[in-house]
Amino acid sequence: MSLSFEHLEELIELVNHVHGFDLYGYSRASLKRRVSRIMDLYRLDFPALKDNLINTSGFFNRFLIEITVNVTEMFRDPAFFVALREEVFPYLATFPHIKVWSAGCSTGEEVYSLAILLKKQGLYERSFIYGTDINSKVLEKAKDGIFDLRKMKAYSDNYLQTGSDDSLSEYYTARYDAAAIHHNLRKNILFSIHNLVSDGVFNEFQLITCRNVLIYFNAALQEHVFNLLYESLALFGFLCLGSKEALRSEQLKDRFRLINKKQNIYQKIA
Amino acid sequence: MILACSAGGFKILFNMLSVLPSNLPIGILVVIHRNARYETNVEESIMAKSHIKVKVAEEKEQIRPGTAYFAPAGYHLLVEPDRSLSLDISEPVNFCRPSIDVTMQSAADIYGPGTLAVLLSGANQDGAQGMRAVQHAAGLCIVQHPEQAEIKTMPEAAIKLGAADLVLNNEELITFSQQLDNYLRGDQSWRN
Repeated sequence: MSLSFEHLEELIELVNHVHGFDLYGYSRASLKRRVSRIMDLYRLDFPALKDNLINTSGFFNRFLIEITVNVTEMFRDPAFFVALREEVFPYLATFPHIKVWSAGCSTGEEVYSLAILLKKQGLYERSFIYGTDINSKVLEKAKDGIFDLRKMKAYSDNYLQTGSDDSLSEYYTARYDAAAIHHNLRKNILFSIHNLVSDGVFNEFQLITCRNVLIYFNAALQEHVFNLLYESLALFGFLCLGSKEALRSEQLKDRFRLINKKQNIYQKIA
Repeated sequence: MILACSAGGFKILFNMLSVLPSNLPIGILVVIHRNARYETNVEESIMAKSHIKVKVAEEKEQIRPGTAYFAPAGYHLLVEPDRSLSLDISEPVNFCRPSIDVTMQSAADIYGPGTLAVLLSGANQDGAQGMRAVQHAAGLCIVQHPEQAEIKTMPEAAIKLGAADLVLNNEELITFSQQLDNYLRGDQSWRN
């Protein structure tokens, strides 16, 4: 099914008018790929796609799930977790309470990875992790904390590469083809809906991770999100972006100190 | 121009990049399959030899002439309507991320008949669909001659799909690269 950039603009208008959902700041090339994929998946041409978005109840939620990229892993980029443990956690350890926000957490793999890392460093008991996403469906999966056992092999491998002295299997129970994250790791975690485009500050954090989210936004929306993340950080709190997402905001550059260039970890200093 | 290879194609890709003229009026997107887990300094080693600028693609970076942008390991590389680059970490396509198909389809979407795609040696089918998209957009598709490719699966897949306008041997690929600016001015002399 073919979709032109003009169609895409029309669709963005429609989604905003009918569903109040703002896609204007999304990078067009990726969005076009995602929407084309939905059209192929449901075998819809452009008029039928619009018709479904307007008239079929529940279709918009499915649309939303498909247009957002929900690819994630536990301990994705092991080097990032090493940097976190060695360069950020010693500082976090000096705070009485550690509030963490994983923005755009999808199905929760990163949230549980952070929980494990905090636990290993003896910081979990005074930590609280918020995982947010725009998508209620992926958050349900995140809350379940049950992952495909076949994927655990790769995750264990990632975990090993963080230089851990134990195995990932210490933190989940395997049943049939599923791996359930242990309950003692889940108690200080809350998953909820939050839209970086339209929602505001909801708490003050010592650590925010927002990795591989900004690449899907245009420069203007990135600036907006940088501001939101800045406002959501406590003074001397840390911001972790994806390895390909540098903090480019001229306005905010002076308010952050670069902690790790390769992993794009910053500390709010003003 | 998109220049793409997988297993066995690195040497010819390196040679092509190193003979491209410094006054090249177009930008080049380079997609190589490589493992995200291991550090490689491919870009630096090519930079040392080439006349054009070579770098890893950064998201939201404007595409400039005379510059080759390498897709970073683990990310798809896309072109935006304003001719900036964007990265995407969605599902691998045919087990590949970066996927050659994705970059070629995206570039064809933006550059249409001005798209030039070159597919070299590789051990899988990635790139064939992308070449077809370039062809549909009336761009030019060049495939390395399978007999000269270290691994012929990838060029063969594109040819089988009917998505090769030209099949060139290694010597012709080098001549084409040397005279790319002539070709872009409509001069066909490189073909002799």
